[in-house]
Amino acid sequence: MLMRDVFCNTLIKLMKSDKNIVVIDADLAKADGTMPVRKAFPKRALDVGIAEQNMASIAAGLSSYGFKPYITTFTPFATRRICDQIAISIAYAKQNVKIVGTDPGISAELNGGTHMSVEDIGVLRSIPDMVIFEPVDAVQLEKALPVINAYDGPVYIRLFRKEQPEVFGPKYRFDLFKADVLEKGRDVTVFASGIMVAQSLEARRILKEKGIDAEIVNVHTLKPIDADTVLSSVAKTGCAVTAENHNVIGGLGSAVKEVVSEVNPIPVISVGIPDCFGEVGKMPYLKEKFKMTVSDIVAAAEKAVSLKK
Amino acid sequence: MQLKQICKDVREDIVTEIGTLGVGHIGGCLSIVEVLVLLYFKHMNIDPARPDMPGRDRLVISKGHAGPAAYAVLANRGYFPKSELLTLNKNGTNLPSHCDMNKTPGIDMTAGSLGQGFSCAVGIAVGSKLRKDGATVYAVLGDGESQEGQIWEAAMYAGAKKLNNLIAFTDYNGMQIDGTTDEICTLNPLDKKWKAFNWNVITVEDGHDLDLIDGAISAAKKSKKPTMIILKTVKGKGVSFAEQAKVGSHSMSVSKEQMAAAVEEIRRA
Repeated sequence: MLMRDVFCNTLIKLMKSDKNIVVIDADLAKADGTMPVRKAFPKRALDVGIAEQNMASIAAGLSSYGFKPYITTFTPFATRRICDQIAISIAYAKQNVKIVGTDPGISAELNGGTHMSVEDIGVLRSIPDMVIFEPVDAVQLEKALPVINAYDGPVYIRLFRKEQPEVFGPKYRFDLFKADVLEKGRDVTVFASGIMVAQSLEARRILKEKGIDAEIVNVHTLKPIDADTVLSSVAKTGCAVTAENHNVIGGLGSAVKEVVSEVNPIPVISVGIPDCFGEVGKMPYLKEKFKMTVSDIVAAAEKAVSLKK
Repeated sequence: MQLKQICKDVREDIVTEIGTLGVGHIGGCLSIVEVLVLLYFKHMNIDPARPDMPGRDRLVISKGHAGPAAYAVLANRGYFPKSELLTLNKNGTNLPSHCDMNKTPGIDMTAGSLGQGFSCAVGIAVGSKLRKDGATVYAVLGDGESQEGQIWEAAMYAGAKKLNNLIAFTDYNGMQIDGTTDEICTLNPLDKKWKAFNWNVITVEDGHDLDLIDGAISAAKKSKKPTMIILKTVKGKGVSFAEQAKVGSHSMSVSKEQMAAAVEEIRRA
């Protein structure tokens, strides 16, 4: 199922029992998949038009009234465009607003460079009190939403809109603040998020053939990052790769490096958008161009292992 | 008559707050004394003993730098002791330059990044409509603040959705930090702008006349649209050195001598 449909269906389920949930769009409900909310709960579905700043601050006002607003738009507009509104109206004012950004990084595809957020995690990660969550598949998203809804504070949900390969089975237990060790390994840890998780699992198989035993960790919550899991994994492996659909500056790569550099400085090689703007293209082309393929993860892991002392 | 005396007390407290510290946004605080006093002492359904009372009327001071004016009114209304006013901007204070809902009892919304507070007020007005609690939401905007694009995003939405539980005021003193509003980027015709955004608009020619403002608020409560009350005010009103400083009164230093003279002037008036 499309991730946006999982998101909307789960939200509608939550709205049945939680009367305080309000969904606010800025003329992208069709793209973000939130249109069905209008039919299910017409009074609690607002569309402010193409006015994202207003959307963010209206949400803060509603939160001050006891509501739980979810605001949705594409990732660049949900973050860099309304950075100050998120910082002041929402985070500084301690308002319980959930910010849903769709089409992160290269998944903006044919919308191109203007819509391709390479910086959204970096923008929000430097704002105090923000929680940043990026689901890896439909199972995780469905289990995460009730937990996020129950969490009192601002959360950014970085949502890939389309179908995602399944990583988790139905027995998966979700913890918002705990990273998932998907595969255990001894030689290198690959910390991955979002669309890069399935690729990292594939990279593990190739590395195995090359005699490298990789541990794969899904970091679904980028802030606060689960430092315990990061540190206990690298204590064992001694080196790491980060793989993310975001600029290598400011996102998962930076978060992992911040954690290890203060406690256990080990080689960390980042795979991601190499500090450049996006452009029009389908995902396979953009992955090649930005060196975000399975073989790039493999090469990064080999490099990390070679740098171990 | 009683409200007039409260206005004098509030003005004296603003001068004392800022004068004790030695510096502050005195001009834009003194220009909104009358409207704040009318709201907190006559129009708003509030309870100082229960600042978080559900269904209460709310006020967002979107020109967040007028915090000291709000604090003086709240203290006079009994939200906290007047002695606390002297902690303005001191280390660890609950009374910061710009309004903070998480620090000060009675402050309904954090503001200071201009344009945002008004949007928040629109959100609060939507919330009250959803709850059907009959609350009225008030917002005070700066004239300079109205150069922010977000003001007009919020205005368009409130007008489109006929949020008639929203009553906003523009403190039209005609001055901003770098010069007069006409010199920098004129707002004129401000009334026509708001009308064009589907608002009910009332212009109060003397924004310090209690009866005129009172009448405008009463009329606004009957409107089927959101109402903008444009208050033609004087920056630094009632304190000669601040009035004479004109645009310089936005944020200025205040000596102990100036403070004493101003208190004297307010009491005599």
